[in-house]
Amino acid sequence: MLEAREFPPIFLCPVCKAPQLITSKYASTFLFIYQPPKSCQEVLLGITGKDFTLIAASKAAMRGATILKASDDKTRQLNKHTLMAFSGEAGDTVQFAEYIQANAQLYSMRNEADLSPSAMANFVRRELASSLRSRKPYMVNLLLGGVDPITDKPSLHWLDYLAALAPVPYAAHGYAQYYCLSILDKHHQPDIDLERGLELLRLCTDELKRRLPIDFKGVLVKVVTKDGIREIDYDDSKQVQSA
Amino acid sequence: MDTLVAQYSRPLFENEGSSQEEQLELIQTLPPLSLKFALPPIAQPSAFLRATTDDHSNPDCPIKIAHGTTTLAFRFKGGIIVATDSRATAGNWIASQTVKKVIEINNCLLGTMAGGAAGTMCAGVTPQEGPALYYIDSDGTRLAGNLFCVGSGQTFAYGVLDAEYSYDLEDEAALELGRRSILAATHRDAYSGGFINLYHVKEDGWVKHGFSDTNPIFWKTKLDKGEFSNVTSELD
Repeated sequence: MLEAREFPPIFLCPVCKAPQLITSKYASTFLFIYQPPKSCQEVLLGITGKDFTLIAASKAAMRGATILKASDDKTRQLNKHTLMAFSGEAGDTVQFAEYIQANAQLYSMRNEADLSPSAMANFVRRELASSLRSRKPYMVNLLLGGVDPITDKPSLHWLDYLAALAPVPYAAHGYAQYYCLSILDKHHQPDIDLERGLELLRLCTDELKRRLPIDFKGVLVKVVTKDGIREIDYDDSKQVQSA
Repeated sequence: MDTLVAQYSRPLFENEGSSQEEQLELIQTLPPLSLKFALPPIAQPSAFLRATTDDHSNPDCPIKIAHGTTTLAFRFKGGIIVATDSRATAGNWIASQTVKKVIEINNCLLGTMAGGAAGTMCAGVTPQEGPALYYIDSDGTRLAGNLFCVGSGQTFAYGVLDAEYSYDLEDEAALELGRRSILAATHRDAYSGGFINLYHVKEDGWVKHGFSDTNPIFWKTKLDKGEFSNVTSELD
């Protein structure tokens, strides 16, 4: 029997610690069915190299037990050399991403200069932090990849819905963290070229296909270099061999 | 007769509590050598004990079962590699860093353990089966296979292991891959750590390849090979 102060029962996602809505199958017996939140099943990956930042995001747009779209683009270009990938609560993600995108473009128009990737990351962090303390916070996890227009240095920033910000050489969100970070811990070097970066990405997506019991419909890959942002043709139709 | 009756008809709780003499005795006896109990070195031991006690949900099991661990085993042409970490946790408390999670059943059979309810693995070479590897868990699942990782750090170990696993690995490469996979898990999973316990099961029995501290292995891996590029080695 639950004590009175345990109402309503609060359940935290074991991956992202976000409070989850619990569906009770038998309301009288308090047997709760836990469903992993959608944001944990979405794949976001980022890898930096000597002159580029790679961003990969899963193509499945999910709602409940359905994949609504298998070619979803979970990224938005903020300016010439900054790309943001997002995952999280339906509706919040695109709303927040496009709000940031609009403000980034407004800044560029007013000042005739783009915000650098690290400045952009700190702006986004502040927006998320004030949203977190509002009545209805945005539940959005982000990766911000960019190349500094002045120094040409690539960068990657990891942000979660609690407005934690970290500059990192490689990053992931959701369940992908559990499989990919150990791979990147081993194989990543700061001075890799784009070809090697794509090889590392292949190691990661192959492992996700092999071990994740979710079909995330492959990933959309974009690369940021000093020349701008472009999509990379990434073939993930191949079946992965399991041990 | 009256004395006899009196002897058996005293009030029921006459002797309850300690008598005057007993109380005096209690006060006057010398204290034991040390009045200190061994307590966990934390701010509030009582709160800690409450947090690690689970008599509410399961009265038969008053101490919460620790789940944190990483164990792995894989089959390859040279036999079977078995590797584990050595950390035992109770909630956020690291209860031990020197647990032996590999059970030496006999000279050609090894078992691994991972927490209370999690899975175990059995690895051995028999004349009938050859090298055999089984995954077993408390639900009653039993699976034969080439490669298993178990515990809270399993995904991190799988990541490293899957990326370079092949049945045709040489002995040295297989041992190094097992060691590196446990290192990956101890680095990312807070509930895994301590020492890497490494075994090689061959046709003529198992060979132990050390119980080695992860800390020097981690720094050697980082500084010599340039891995773990997200960790800084500079102090400023």
